[in-house]
Amino acid sequence: MNEMTETATEAAVNAAASNRSVKMRGDKVGVFYGEKQALFDVDLDIYEHEVTALIGPSGCGKSTFLRCLNRMNDTIDGCRVTGKLTLDSENIYDPKIDVVELRARVGMVFQKPNPFPKSIFENIAYGPRIHGLVKSKGDLDEVVAISLQKAGLFEEVKDRLNEPGTGLSGGQQQRLCIARAIAVSPEVILMDEPCSALDPIATAKVEELIDELRENYTIVIVTHSMQQAARVSQRTAMFHLGNLVEVDATDVIFTNPSDPKTQDYITGRYG
Amino acid sequence: MSEHTVTAFDDDLKFITRKVVEMGGHAESMIARAIAALVKGDKALAEAIVAEDLVLDSLQYELDERIIVILAKRQPVATDLREIIGAMRMGNDLERIGDMGKNIARRTKEIDDIVHPRKVVRGLEHLTNLTLEQLKEVLDAYVNKDVQKANEVCDRDDEIDQIYTSLFRELLTYMMEDPRNITFCTHLLFCAKNIERIGDHATNIAETVIYMVTGKSAISTHGTRAE
Repeated sequence: MNEMTETATEAAVNAAASNRSVKMRGDKVGVFYGEKQALFDVDLDIYEHEVTALIGPSGCGKSTFLRCLNRMNDTIDGCRVTGKLTLDSENIYDPKIDVVELRARVGMVFQKPNPFPKSIFENIAYGPRIHGLVKSKGDLDEVVAISLQKAGLFEEVKDRLNEPGTGLSGGQQQRLCIARAIAVSPEVILMDEPCSALDPIATAKVEELIDELRENYTIVIVTHSMQQAARVSQRTAMFHLGNLVEVDATDVIFTNPSDPKTQDYITGRYG
Repeated sequence: MSEHTVTAFDDDLKFITRKVVEMGGHAESMIARAIAALVKGDKALAEAIVAEDLVLDSLQYELDERIIVILAKRQPVATDLREIIGAMRMGNDLERIGDMGKNIARRTKEIDDIVHPRKVVRGLEHLTNLTLEQLKEVLDAYVNKDVQKANEVCDRDDEIDQIYTSLFRELLTYMMEDPRNITFCTHLLFCAKNIERIGDHATNIAETVIYMVTGKSAISTHGTRAE
């Protein structure tokens, strides 16, 4: 008889995962838009210093789940979230939670780069200033420089910090938005299709950046590009019709997924 | 499995399955006829088989070319990826099987018309029949994605190894009995070794089928890969 053995990658990923702690945990998370339920009992752990990719066809609930993670859904009328979501074991839907502070800890980068109509410097400086993270002008200069460096943008813009952020190229604008998110020292960064408006070169730069950011932050990314999920994430969660179908190490999902729905979706057999 | 939204991808996959099956059929026929040529001492047939190896080589070339294009254009994942990587591996194994057939045919051309010890030749035929059966079964397992059948092929490889070992002993005995047998028996021994190797390739293919279907690598307890 033949022995079925765990592959080397599976073993490595499992071992690595066991050493990482859970940063955010979804426990039976449900979302209703008015009467309509968009998300059903999602149990999903987001591990620290990992990139977790959320994939699935349009309307599957992946962006809805992402927006639960920093309570962006609060801004939608008639939206109701059930179940429990924790950040470092703390329930983020607890009435005592300061949502503004939560969103500083769990930052977000959107699909379309959306810099403020201000200078590059002000785009970054805005967050630390309103959150009271800096004491002096010197501190602020430093935070701006460091954030731009971490976002891999400093060298490209250091001589024109006072020019408008909107004057940058699409890829640079997106990295500016990432720098802006980093400036308030978040713990988790949520990204909703951060590269869908970018060309392949800008995409590659953002992907490289995501990989570097993983060292200091926990990242959750929603993407329609299967290849991008495969390239940047360590863990992939597949959603379908508001349900979490499967979550596993990315290497496993893209070589040997367990669920036929995942199989069909990632191989291009869906619908 | 349902079809891809992009139907050209299904055509690609059908193409590679067809090529692998075509290579398999060709390899089978080369081996069967190579042994027939050896038994009958048919040098013309042996000559034709040596030339036929080129056909198998060019089939493998077509298969590899298509696979490279598929990988570049479609970036396959999951079952698709396993199927494509599997086809590439099987192409290698089948091409090697063709080489074994060519070796046997070459030897047939070398062997002088000496009286064959009938019994040894029968032993070799038996070994060949079993091996060809393995090859046929494993190609069926591939086409039908039949893990059970692939497992059975792996399990049966021991039998081939045993027959080879007993054939080896028998040939040694003949050589010791009469040194005039040595040349012929040595040729036959190499042929038997070639056939035994084909059995190993059939096992490799079976393991590839298991990987393709289940996504788990099958480490055969027979250790044929190590040999």
